[in-house]
Amino acid sequence: MTLIQADSVTKSYRVGEVSVPAIRGVSFRVEAGSLAAFIGPSGSGKTTLLNMVGCLDRPDGGTLQVLDTDLSELSRLARAEFRGDHLGFIFQDFNLLPVLTAYENVEYPLVVVKPVPPAERRERVMSVLESVGIAEHAGKYPDQLSGGQKQRIAVARALVTRPRLVLADEPTANLDSATARSIIELMREMRDRYETTFVFSTHDTRIVDAVEVIFELADGAIAQTRRQGAAA
Amino acid sequence: MMRLLNLAIRNLYRHRRRTALTALLVMTGVLAVLAFTSVSTAFKSAMVGSITDSMLGHMQVHRKGYLASIENLPLHLQIQPKAMQELEAALDSTPEIVAWSPRVKLGGMYSDFQETTSVRVNGVLPEREMATCTELVDRIQEGDKAPLERGQIWLPDLLARGMKVGVGDTGVVVATNLDGAVNGMTFEVAAILESVTGPGGRDAYVHLEDARELLRMEAPEVSEVAVRVERFDRLGTAQDKLAAALSGITNQKGDPALELHDWKKLSPFSNVVRSIDLITLFMQAVLIAVVLVSVLNVMLMAVYERMREIGTMAAIGTRPRMIVGIFLMEGLCLGVLGAAVGIAASFLVVWIMRMVGVSTSFGRKAELVLDPSIAAGDVLTVAVVVIAAAVLASLQPALKAARMDPIEALRHV
Ligand SMILES: Nc1ncnc2c1ncn2[C@@H]1O[C@H](COP(=O)(O)OP(=O)(O)OP(=O)(O)O)[C@@H](O)[C@H]1O
Ligand SMILES: [Mg+2]
Repeated sequence: MTLIQADSVTKSYRVGEVSVPAIRGVSFRVEAGSLAAFIGPSGSGKTTLLNMVGCLDRPDGGTLQVLDTDLSELSRLARAEFRGDHLGFIFQDFNLLPVLTAYENVEYPLVVVKPVPPAERRERVMSVLESVGIAEHAGKYPDQLSGGQKQRIAVARALVTRPRLVLADEPTANLDSATARSIIELMREMRDRYETTFVFSTHDTRIVDAVEVIFELADGAIAQTRRQGAAA
Repeated sequence: MMRLLNLAIRNLYRHRRRTALTALLVMTGVLAVLAFTSVSTAFKSAMVGSITDSMLGHMQVHRKGYLASIENLPLHLQIQPKAMQELEAALDSTPEIVAWSPRVKLGGMYSDFQETTSVRVNGVLPEREMATCTELVDRIQEGDKAPLERGQIWLPDLLARGMKVGVGDTGVVVATNLDGAVNGMTFEVAAILESVTGPGGRDAYVHLEDARELLRMEAPEVSEVAVRVERFDRLGTAQDKLAAALSGITNQKGDPALELHDWKKLSPFSNVVRSIDLITLFMQAVLIAVVLVSVLNVMLMAVYERMREIGTMAAIGTRPRMIVGIFLMEGLCLGVLGAAVGIAASFLVVWIMRMVGVSTSFGRKAELVLDPSIAAGDVLTVAVVVIAAAVLASLQPALKAARMDPIEALRHV
């Protein structure tokens, strides 16, 4: 099943009077259950593309369908609802809410975004915390955790609403390479356990061995698509 | 809802110094308003009490048109016996009224056989007058506090001092009656009265019957009736009831024969009261401004600082409405905190004032000890106003946060 279908997607930014193209006609497909990565140098358009797939931004041209929904037609509120209902997000800077404990950060989407009764909520939060291997730190605040631990909490937060697709823009950029690898490995495990599709971006070519589909971006276009491992 | 509250409290606690500073600012405003209100209320009630209890009474009834020319004490505008009978019935059947005192007022000349000066005289029934104006006897500076007897006069001290008249001296009051006939009567000075600011504050007192005799009144006419109600704070109710009863008392033409006025209409001091109320209002406006500005400032800061958090919340699907709620709740908590601390501080300050004892002097009445207290209604008003202002001030920052584009917000450093 195709989860993401992009056809000739374009996007440019206005900088003053001039329009700067960031994505120049990109077409690709991501199948459900993949672990896919966009790699490319700085400025190649990874963030721009992920923002559009993540329903945070709209393409200027072409069509972009996620979960059979044409994203260019959604209103602002509908996009917020779509993100809350179907997507999970992992950020480069972890972006945990500093006043909430690890447990509460993971719980947050089930309270505010996609409410679930308290008993079920507790169970789901604990189970996902255990999956990411961080249950013993549940009561700690973000500033008491290491970068790798924070990113695991963030993965748990992205997964707790049981989204179909989790998007991560440079999730390992602030981590050392060993930890970075462990986070990619975690995404892979989580993909296997929850059957969630993971799409992330990185400029680090060393961590992509574990990834099945790699789209190489250069200057706003896909230069090469590689399939390896299980998907090869 | 509890979650929102919890989140708001934690975020406020995260910046506790800033929160404390804002609360302190709001507290100062609340304290200023409540402390001022309590002192000014105490001052007002002390002043009003002194005026009404020592000369005016709480309300007065006159024949229609008397008040308009009260400076002349017009003898042709007396309450006639028939109207007086009906008035008596109305007064006695109003349960809120505890005492009333009929007065015959006249302008005349007082002479100690050497000098002559003009004087305003109240003819009263001593027991009734003292029951209506309970502090009248407190104004006696010299002489004994026994009720006036016939042939006696109480003189205001300004007149007595000017003429060097003392207790026990005799003098003559000369007056012209309605028919233009001049008559005089000898009185013995029984007491010297302290003068009080306001109408009637420099009047002399004689027995009602002496006043009538002096004016050669054939019928028992009355110039005014001073009325005392049981509860001054419910004066309005009593006044309405009495006014309703009085509207049934008519003259031959069928028009209302009498008019009723409360102390506010009778005393220029009501202007002072109005000024105090105006100052209170002004201080409340300042308080609202303080709350608005300080909360707006803090909440705008919070929104700027937490841009990335807002972006994160929005990106993972938090509805704009919820983001508004999060910041409004924070403003609400700030308002509640400021109001609570301010109200607590106000009670403390008023308690200290009561312990120390705050007094004032007013006119020639020296050393009035004030009894400041904070009314529950004022506390409620201030709390509601402060909290509402705090929420209002948070609205703009909250909307700003909710309207932010998640990508922009996430990029913010
Ligand atoms: N808000 C913006 N305004 C103007 N131009 C932008 C904006 N965001 C991105 N761009 C431009 O679009 C192009 C793609 O940027 P993008 O951020 O998508 O690249 P990236 O691959 O994520 O880079 P990096 O690895 O540095 O994060 C770049 O040329 C960039 O300068
Ligand atoms: Mg980027």
